[in-house]
Amino acid sequence: MTAAARPSPEPGHAWVGSPIQRLEDHALLTGQGHFVDDLHLPGMLHACFVRSPHAHARIRGIDRQRALALPGVHAVLTWADLPEAARKRVPVLLPNPAIRDPLNYWVLAKDEVVYVGDPVAMVLAESRYIAEDAEALVEVDYEVLPAVSHALEALQPAAPRAHLSVQDNLAGKLNMAYGDVAAAFDPAQGAAHVVRETYWQNRGAAHAMEPRSYLARHDPATGELTYWKAGQAPHLDRKNIIELLDWNPEKVRVIHPDVGGGFGGKTIFYSEDGAVCAAAVLTGRPVKWIEDRREHFLTATQERDQWWEIELALDDQARIRGVRLVMTHDNGAYFPWGIITPYIAVTTVPGPYVVPAMDIDLRIVHTNKSPATPVRGAGRPQGVFAMERILDKAAQQLGLDRAELRRRNLVQPEQMPYSVGFIYRDGKPVRYDSGDYPACQASALAAIDWQGFAQRKAAARAEGRLLGIALANYVEGTGLGPFEGATVRVQQTGRVSIFTGASAQGQGHKTTLAQICADQLGIAISQIDVVLADTAGISMGIGTFASRIVVNAGSSTLLAARAVRSKLLALAAHELGVAAVSMGDAGLSGAVPGLEQALELVDGSVRLRADPQRGISFAALARIAQAMPGFAFPEGVSAGLEDTQYFSPAQSTYCNGTHAVELEVDPASGGIRILRYVVAHDSGKLINPLLVEGQVQGGVAHGLGNAWLEYMHYDAQSQPLTTTFADYLLPMATDVPRVEMIHLESPSPLNPLGAKGAGEGGTIPAAAVIVSAVEDALADQVADRLHFTTSPLLPQWIVQRLHA
Amino acid sequence: MNSPAVHAAGVTPNAPDMRRVSLRVNGKPYSAEVESRTTLVDFLRHSLLLTGTHVGCEHGVCGACTILIDGRSARSCLTLAVQVEGCDITTIEGLANADGSLSILQQALSEKHGLQCGFCTPGMLTTLSEFLRDHPAPSEQQVREAISGNLCRCTGYQGIVEAALLAASRIAADRP
Repeated sequence: MTAAARPSPEPGHAWVGSPIQRLEDHALLTGQGHFVDDLHLPGMLHACFVRSPHAHARIRGIDRQRALALPGVHAVLTWADLPEAARKRVPVLLPNPAIRDPLNYWVLAKDEVVYVGDPVAMVLAESRYIAEDAEALVEVDYEVLPAVSHALEALQPAAPRAHLSVQDNLAGKLNMAYGDVAAAFDPAQGAAHVVRETYWQNRGAAHAMEPRSYLARHDPATGELTYWKAGQAPHLDRKNIIELLDWNPEKVRVIHPDVGGGFGGKTIFYSEDGAVCAAAVLTGRPVKWIEDRREHFLTATQERDQWWEIELALDDQARIRGVRLVMTHDNGAYFPWGIITPYIAVTTVPGPYVVPAMDIDLRIVHTNKSPATPVRGAGRPQGVFAMERILDKAAQQLGLDRAELRRRNLVQPEQMPYSVGFIYRDGKPVRYDSGDYPACQASALAAIDWQGFAQRKAAARAEGRLLGIALANYVEGTGLGPFEGATVRVQQTGRVSIFTGASAQGQGHKTTLAQICADQLGIAISQIDVVLADTAGISMGIGTFASRIVVNAGSSTLLAARAVRSKLLALAAHELGVAAVSMGDAGLSGAVPGLEQALELVDGSVRLRADPQRGISFAALARIAQAMPGFAFPEGVSAGLEDTQYFSPAQSTYCNGTHAVELEVDPASGGIRILRYVVAHDSGKLINPLLVEGQVQGGVAHGLGNAWLEYMHYDAQSQPLTTTFADYLLPMATDVPRVEMIHLESPSPLNPLGAKGAGEGGTIPAAAVIVSAVEDALADQVADRLHFTTSPLLPQWIVQRLHA
Repeated sequence: MNSPAVHAAGVTPNAPDMRRVSLRVNGKPYSAEVESRTTLVDFLRHSLLLTGTHVGCEHGVCGACTILIDGRSARSCLTLAVQVEGCDITTIEGLANADGSLSILQQALSEKHGLQCGFCTPGMLTTLSEFLRDHPAPSEQQVREAISGNLCRCTGYQGIVEAALLAASRIAADRP
């Protein structure tokens, strides 16, 4: 970390752009946070799920008598016990015509289970201990069916079907192309080199340290249903609850309190969401369910299993002419998040390079596994892995330096805005908004001393040590619309509140949004209360994913705070007798130049610039604006000191970056020691450098796990074999190096903050750069040509390859 | 799903085996009846309502539930409440200064952005409190090894490591 953190900006500096310590920290550091499992409601029942031990089976019967006989057991619910509306499948979010069989979760399995852990019944008891005792006493009679585990095998004609209802396992397909791909690959037209390879990336769950955590309360007297969730998209949760329980929308409230990490896995509305809400309605008692880690391994959505057959055509100057690929995406059993992940994966492939022609054949496959939905990076790590690896292979074939090959193909700054040729997931063309990709790559190479590496390698070699170096580039679509709103309100106490539908899982959104607001209202962030992710606080919202909150909620906060500033000025002008200025409708018009010259906002008051002794506090103004019965407002003043904005960006913003790594490989154990890790990145205007650096460092750690530690192993019957943290390895403090960062700031022209998004760039190219560097370290250790094609690249696989 | 022995045996458990436990938590005495199979972390969180200690894996790997038993770090998810009869327990709620202000280590974690979601933080704080007490002038590698039994998915650890080193230097400067 380079930023020196402070509780407030340096004198004379703005809050935005300063490395501010977080508002969130004090409570979390003293054990005063409010996570869902910290909430205790009177009469609360504890839930536990009876889950399928089989990857595919028909349910022939469920015997719950012994479970129900256990003292303390309140109910054992099955599909047939659910309210009628909840007996349908959970709606597919983001449906797409490319999906042939748009199947999604049942709230509880109806008559077929399609992955290990699929919930079959729900036990409700006075304590979690009793619920788990009872869970073991529920007897389910299964007819075990053949399961499909491997996505490529799933496409074979004789493969078992993942669902009884589907013709085959090809759940969807999509062809996308631009440019003249045939010509690009034609030697007669200049294709001097064609490079081919097949790559594979494995899946794993998000593994936030807090498991999924849900609590629902139904008040039969008022009909109000309140749902506390460790989630990422409160308004989407609310939408699903309304649909599944056929509930009055005005009587459903979803709250995400403190959430212990998300990384994508908590965005989804799962079976258990529906079951917990339905159980609260059916029993009339609050119902809590806390996932345990084994359940997270079995049932939380996972990502990254994809096979990429990719071909790259280059001209005789090593300039890219075209890319052709067939990508097979293991979608698991269901489509809770549409086909967003594979779609992002393939459209990320061109990255920072000029790729004149491209053809993509995307095959989306059902398997008997937990569904694939976005995990930090969301398809981009795979697309980048395929492209960066094939570029490495091309460099090897052409005898070119890997950095030089990339340099020749980068989009130049004067080409901005640059249209790639695809339509992105937001329905808009992929059009890079800003950035200097050559400068970014050059800065990373300079920082890691790319030129001096040969000497370091030779010196290490003399000591018997094997060093490798690598770089990888990415471009990341972020700041996805359509909107995320914010309300800014001056309270009668003089404090300021911000409400937004966006939830936070550790990013520090309260601090970031407060910084944006503080600059507009001339107050300290300690004077601001930020309420996140409460559907009662703001009527519409989307959620936290795709590194979109600063662009969307941040811009809305900025615009709403500006409007509130105008209202404060207009009302204060009236109260202080600042005359001769036409105020108009100050609340709608943004800045009011005349008033800005006469008045200033300082420490929660509006005062006269010419006579700072004369002023009026926010508290007094708020009380006036909230009005007294029977008094009329002066002309130009409207009710309340508040404003709501739903900023909607015209299209996604595009971040970019270069990762460079130097590492040492132990050929005996396959162990890796990272010597230096450099990230040069451009995520637009930085609101809080301290928090951005935290996102990058944490993102890299996640990517390192993907690169050589985390491996989710299923057997041929699709039975998960790695279901503890002792089998599935998350990066530890001894695995993750200090990341050296270079921030480039190309403001996005697409939002008033100039921001882009920083949540995932640390993860995206990490696997590509690590695997490339390992290959570089070991290139001369084998007789034939060495090219690693998988992520992860486990240490034992390295050793196996060296002895092959 | 991580059910105790009855799970494997598939038999109905007998009447709960209740025991009285008396202990001190963060200097305050408590005495309560608990079922003998109750884990210490469930006892702290759900009986004493000290919810600052978190449960991340329930199999002793992630370290979020780490507390101090008589000054030594332990996994409260792998410890039964009945095992700590007569013990002095320290949790995250007991780490701030007497006046409620943040301790040197807590303050350093905030300054170095050593926490994001805050879920692993209770285990990091207890582990590092013990470590810094026993290793007043640690190297970076020693800090990394000390917290290698505490998983964090958010921070990539760097802020935590820097905070521990900063806290060690400030504690040393405070020492007469």
